[in-house]
Amino acid sequence: MGLLSRLKEIFKGKEQEPEKPGKPAAGKVAVGKKPAKKPSDVKVEQKLEGKIKEEKPVVNKITVGHVHMSGCTGCLVSLADNYEGLFKILDDYADLVYCLTLADVRHIPEMDVALVEGSVCLQDECSVREIKETREKAKIVVALGGCAAYGNITRFCRGGQWNQPQHESYVPIGDLIDVDVYIPSCPPGAEAIRNVCVMAYLLLQGTDEQKELAAAYLKPLMNLAQRGTEACGCDLIYDVINQGLCMGCGTCAAACPVRAITIEYGRPNIDREMCIKCGACYAQCPRSELSFDVLNQFEGILEAIDGAMGKGGE
Amino acid sequence: MVLGNYKTAVSARAADAEILKCSQDGGIVTQLFAYALEEGIIDGAIVAGPGEEPWKPEPLVATTKAELLAARGTKYTISPNMMLIKEATRSYGLDKVGIVGTPCQMQALRKAQLYPIAMRKVPDKIALAIGIFCMENFPYMGLETIVEDHCATKMESAVKMDIGKGKFSVYTERGALSQIPLAATHKYEQPGCHVCLDYVANLADVSTGSVGSPDGWSTVFVRTKKGDDVWSKAVAAGYFETKDIASVKPGLDLVTKLATGKIDKNKKTVEERASFGVGKGLRNPYI
Ligand SMILES: Cc1cc2nc3c(=O)[nH]c(=O)nc-3n(C[C@H](O)[C@H](O)[C@H](O)COP(=O)(O)OP(=O)(O)OC[C@H]3O[C@@H](n4cnc5c(N)ncnc54)[C@H](O)[C@@H]3O)c2cc1C
Ligand code: SF4
Repeated sequence: MGLLSRLKEIFKGKEQEPEKPGKPAAGKVAVGKKPAKKPSDVKVEQKLEGKIKEEKPVVNKITVGHVHMSGCTGCLVSLADNYEGLFKILDDYADLVYCLTLADVRHIPEMDVALVEGSVCLQDECSVREIKETREKAKIVVALGGCAAYGNITRFCRGGQWNQPQHESYVPIGDLIDVDVYIPSCPPGAEAIRNVCVMAYLLLQGTDEQKELAAAYLKPLMNLAQRGTEACGCDLIYDVINQGLCMGCGTCAAACPVRAITIEYGRPNIDREMCIKCGACYAQCPRSELSFDVLNQFEGILEAIDGAMGKGGE
Repeated sequence: MVLGNYKTAVSARAADAEILKCSQDGGIVTQLFAYALEEGIIDGAIVAGPGEEPWKPEPLVATTKAELLAARGTKYTISPNMMLIKEATRSYGLDKVGIVGTPCQMQALRKAQLYPIAMRKVPDKIALAIGIFCMENFPYMGLETIVEDHCATKMESAVKMDIGKGKFSVYTERGALSQIPLAATHKYEQPGCHVCLDYVANLADVSTGSVGSPDGWSTVFVRTKKGDDVWSKAVAAGYFETKDIASVKPGLDLVTKLATGKIDKNKKTVEERASFGVGKGLRNPYI
């Protein structure tokens, strides 16, 4: 477990103060901040970011941007739903260099990681230009959420609506640019986004061993990005059941955000009319992609992520 | 990784006679959950509860000892326990979730915690995951065929089913015992089991099964810090009788032998799948 102990070391080295007994993890968030309780708080707190940074510069932070295509901002809210974890990420691991909702930057800058939310409207010149620009300027492009990855609910758009009736065709970002990592679902779990941010940090700033762990962690999500831009509950039929791989664990039913999946006689039964094409079920299925290298170290990795977030005793 | 990482391996059985009465082996699962529930280590546990058809389990979030007791015993068919993992933290509002499951379900659980893509609020709430050893499982119709056709026993009159010593056994309420060679059941196994590379639930906090220990006792692997914490407390509080695993027959040698057998066989299946067709293969989920 040499890999993990070094991983913990780097995170522990970063902890600012020993945990006071009885004091919640929130106490470890940058000085003087109280944990955000709602997204609007995040906005206010976020503006303080620059100042804090000057007091306590962290040299090797990575840069992250949130690029908003045609999506509902639910993915961004999910990122913000890491509450104090978001501050921890922004304090120690990543600068938010672009985010129309939270940061006052108008043009897409160079960045390490672009979290792209939403699909691209082909009739919206600005979106098409910006998604291409994102690919040019970001080292790692992450499709954040079902719309960016697979189109999700925007697949059902058919135009003809006020106030842009010509806005009709919405495609996953992978139809226009190469995408490195997918985080499917609608919205993706807050903790999944957090984990990807932490792993991206390790991938870009860690030691060789940490890079290796981060690469192993991200591999299934990278494979999803290679797999294509179409998703449906039917993926469970085609790529799991039809392939003789389903063992009836029930995970897909829990994953489905619209409850389109039930388990009947040990196999998922998909209400295909309900399916919004977010890709959650297949991505979460243990028989889609499973890395023993990562899973066998689950305890250490979960602890390390807790450590990175300033939680946990050790 | 044949037996996975573990801190201790021990042979044990529940001290509570009521629990032992209808549990499959040493009553480890039910006793440990009951203890954890009493102590507030868990708020509830996802178990294979009774369903509408005989021996067809329905996953259940048990929040009382009575519910745990009602879910005792092995059902040799699929209980999709992971289906309730998010629901347990939402509709049921549990902050500390217990779950029992086969090795594949433990894999699903850990994937859900490490990659909570659609598992918001789940990762931090898993307080105790108990894994049960598993060689294979059967679709419901497969089990029904084994029991009703091969063992000539009505599903509703069976009180216990068990696999051991190369046999599939069905016990009835009137005390009859019907047994067939395990080999006769193989063709009814669910195909998804044939690519499984885990016998003793390597990814659980505590895993348990009958193999390795004498009848009525269970073999227990304590694997994680969480598992160690609750197990040592429960043993110290007198909830389990334990025996040194080295002192019991057939012991860990048999567990290792069976685990190796399963993993080798299934690794071969995974390999063969790669060239199943002509220049085309079947998908390999492992990366
Ligand atoms: C399909 C299957 C195959 C098995 N194969 C082996 C084997 O090869 N070797 C071996 O040593 N042990 C095997 N076991 C485990 C063994 O049969 C016992 O379940 C285990 O020893 C626990 O016994 P216990 O007395 O501690 O549990 P109990 O106190 O009786 O509790 C058992 C718990 O498991 C849950 N459960 C029952 N059926 C299922 C199911 N299908 N899916 C998920 N949870 C369930 C129950 O709800 C209950 O909570 C297998 C179990 C299953 C389900
Ligand atoms: S998550 Fe995958 S393996 Fe589990 S029941 Fe659904 S399709 Fe089957």
